[in-house]
Amino acid sequence: MTWETVIGMEVHVQLKTRTKMFCRCSSDYMGQAPNTHVCEVCLGMPGVLPVINKAAVEQCLKAALALECDVAEWTKFDRKNYFYPDLPKGYQISQYDLPMSREGRLELDGRTVRITRVHLEEDTGKSVHAGDSLHGAERSYVDLNRAGIPLMEVVSEPDLRSSDEARAYAQALRGLMRAIGASDADMEKGQLRAEANVSVRRVGEAELGVKTELKNINSFRALKLAIDHEVSRQISVLEGGGSVSQETRGWDEARGVTYSQRSKEFAQDYRYFPEPDLPPLEISRSWLDSLRAGLPELPAAQRSRLEAAGLSASTASLIVSSQLGDYLDAAVAAGAPLAPAANWLVGEIAPNLDEREALPADRLAQIVVAVEAGRLNREQGKQVLREAWESGRDPEEIVRERGLEQVSDDSALEGWVAEAIEAQPQAVSDFKSGKQQAFGALMNEVKQRSGGRADMKRASELLRQRLS
Amino acid sequence: MTELHEATVTELGERLRRREVSAVELADAQLERIELLNPELNAFLRTTPELAREQAQAADERLARGDAGPLTGIPVAIKDVLCVRGVETTAGSQILRGFRPPYDATTVARLKEAGAVIVGMTNCDEFAMGSSTENSSYGPALNPWNRGRVPGGSSGGSAAAVSAGLAAFALGTDTGGSIRQPAALCGVVGMKPTYGAVSRYGLIAFASSLDQVGPFTRSVTDAALVLDAIGGHDPRDSTSAPRQLDVMGQLEGGVAGLRLGVPREYFEVEGIEPGVAASVRRALDVLEEAGAKLVDVSLPHTEHGLAAYYIIAPAECSSNLARFDGVKYGYSDQTMGSLLDTYLRTRREGFGPEVRRRIMLGTYALSSGYYDAYYLKAQKVRTLIKRDFDEAFERCDAIVSATSPMVAFPLGSRTDNPLAMYLCDVLTLGGNLAGLPGLNVPCGAADGLPVGLQVLAPQFREDVALRVARAYEMASGVMTEVAPV
Repeated sequence: MTWETVIGMEVHVQLKTRTKMFCRCSSDYMGQAPNTHVCEVCLGMPGVLPVINKAAVEQCLKAALALECDVAEWTKFDRKNYFYPDLPKGYQISQYDLPMSREGRLELDGRTVRITRVHLEEDTGKSVHAGDSLHGAERSYVDLNRAGIPLMEVVSEPDLRSSDEARAYAQALRGLMRAIGASDADMEKGQLRAEANVSVRRVGEAELGVKTELKNINSFRALKLAIDHEVSRQISVLEGGGSVSQETRGWDEARGVTYSQRSKEFAQDYRYFPEPDLPPLEISRSWLDSLRAGLPELPAAQRSRLEAAGLSASTASLIVSSQLGDYLDAAVAAGAPLAPAANWLVGEIAPNLDEREALPADRLAQIVVAVEAGRLNREQGKQVLREAWESGRDPEEIVRERGLEQVSDDSALEGWVAEAIEAQPQAVSDFKSGKQQAFGALMNEVKQRSGGRADMKRASELLRQRLS
Repeated sequence: MTELHEATVTELGERLRRREVSAVELADAQLERIELLNPELNAFLRTTPELAREQAQAADERLARGDAGPLTGIPVAIKDVLCVRGVETTAGSQILRGFRPPYDATTVARLKEAGAVIVGMTNCDEFAMGSSTENSSYGPALNPWNRGRVPGGSSGGSAAAVSAGLAAFALGTDTGGSIRQPAALCGVVGMKPTYGAVSRYGLIAFASSLDQVGPFTRSVTDAALVLDAIGGHDPRDSTSAPRQLDVMGQLEGGVAGLRLGVPREYFEVEGIEPGVAASVRRALDVLEEAGAKLVDVSLPHTEHGLAAYYIIAPAECSSNLARFDGVKYGYSDQTMGSLLDTYLRTRREGFGPEVRRRIMLGTYALSSGYYDAYYLKAQKVRTLIKRDFDEAFERCDAIVSATSPMVAFPLGSRTDNPLAMYLCDVLTLGGNLAGLPGLNVPCGAADGLPVGLQVLAPQFREDVALRVARAYEMASGVMTEVAPV
């Protein structure tokens, strides 16, 4: 019996703004002492009122546009009411029935994930429990530095079919947020929080199974693991004749399992109603147009442009997801041909980006051009790249100084070829008796004798002539 | 010459500028009178003598420099729901006992800038929920005209303070009539501005879509002066209108040629007292003689107003009061270990019965499955009531009626019956639902107790309401008197 996994995602993204959603407190709170980035507004003191941060609205609108959503002409805020110590007002200002935008899409390697809605709200504070566990905690503390940070929620339709797709979706969303500058979307820092609505059904069935909502997921890896665990749990429940109950489940990273947090019967009634302290917000089409005009090339468009220009799907994908599209464009603008530049980027630059800032694109272009023109061979190119990157020096200078320039002059090459033939008589006779691999040994000898400077392509032609 | 405590803001301003009296002397006289009379009236929950003297000294310096405005040096009382920086502000509730806000309400900040001298915080129904000030958790304020009677509410302390000459003017708040009704019951001028005309920042919210701050004064001119000082756009209140009121310009324009709408439904409401109706009829005659044209108008949805109001206001309050949870400030009972116990005990003990009743009503009205039947329907009724007023204002420039259907009632006479108490607001809450400016001006007495005339005007036409009231003052000769305490 085969089962199909169905996943919809709810992703919260902290938006990058200088100040909080409804007050002027700095939103640069990470790593700061508790309750130092607060004021009477985000502390929810009596009588205070919220004022909408325009920059947060713009970040949310940019994200909505990037997700190809229909943006509302009128939107409003609503109160989501519940009690918790890290929620200072006793309600969260969120959006209920008139969100900022609806019905968008995110392209995922040939698959379209439909976006249900993108809306804007405020983050809550954080509870800190002193002790071994929540229930065993001796004291609990509240840090409200995070309270009121602009938070965007992106809700998808249940269009994902595996944990890998769910992870790819979250990663694509992160890439998109970074590309448009809406968020750093670092999952470990809680700037991107993914919740997965997971259900399973028998292959071919049209109706969706009962879903569970997975929370406490702090990394892309955890997202995949939590979904995998939950899918197998649901399948074994169903195959054992039981039924899945609709509930919220937490991911226990240490034990590698999901556990029940809150069942549907205890689901909160949030008593949403329109926020009377904020008038409805009109989003003029001219405002939207100017935001759209300011958007950079979006990942999906970049990927198809690169593919159309001749890159393989996987190379294009890799460049886009590593956010190296602009870098590649700059290298091409500096004279490097696209496909080789992309290969150098993927092979030599991307793997080392964690350690240091990228080599300036024009320097990479110099090296690519030199290799393509035959002035350097591949090995020399790599060597120059490493050195130029580490030292910050001009590649041309390194080539000159180290005498690395490739030798393509036939007379010099013929000299090295002759030396190689003389040094390896056995290989010569092996090759003549049909052993093709002996040719490699001779070429290696040419390389050695030339100090790595020989134009290997031309040398191989000359060697073949001599042996025939 | 009138006694200092009887003088209007306008008169006091002139005397201060002529240096016949200093702001410090005025503040001291006012504080002395409060000390004498307040123990019985309980109009003030606390006085602020140090702040008052400090402000009075600063006012005297401004007066000496010649850069005094009309409110510089004038003693003012602040309703206990408006935050005053560093001064205990409790909203008449135990749950905020000891709470000293680190910020000023915008209206308070504007009065401070204008140089007014804050003498104290006035008593009110807890979180402004009530019509008699009997819901104050610090004991009721009494009506200066008859101490067996209520001063009205919720801003009863502010009304009583101005009526008894304990402050030259006061600030109150009006959510369903909480300025106009106590002004009527205490025989003073009280005005609720257009929703959005005055900032709500720092007003401890009861019902956000209905609350407005406004003045209590002993003359219509004074009300205009104060409104001028506190009104206008505030970037910290997104519901405040980006416009400045011009209330002084037409104040003396008279009523000749103005059409005054007389809504028949407002003269037929349940429980309207004959003495009240008779006084108001006489006031309308006076206005007619002064040249106004009385026109019959209809507000057909009046009978549904009370029901809509008592869904919308509690719904908003149930959310607004959620922040009082014992976690951050104010009263907190953590004697039992769990979070839920802390919430339950803090809120059960910290809030009084009427506040708890409204939180429950509002929570119910917003609950899943009931929202459409209650909250949504109430909002529809609200739209119909607004439309009633829009249509009426096509036929008239202002609407006149009684402010309160009844004169000040005996203490304790309505406390056992919440619905009877809610009926006190039946003529005023329409103005809140429609966001209109409205005021009360005293118009004689019935059974020896003040009766008030209500004037409602279209949105942002405070000038019309004030002009009508000022014309009534002039034509009737009925000037606000300090109660004989």
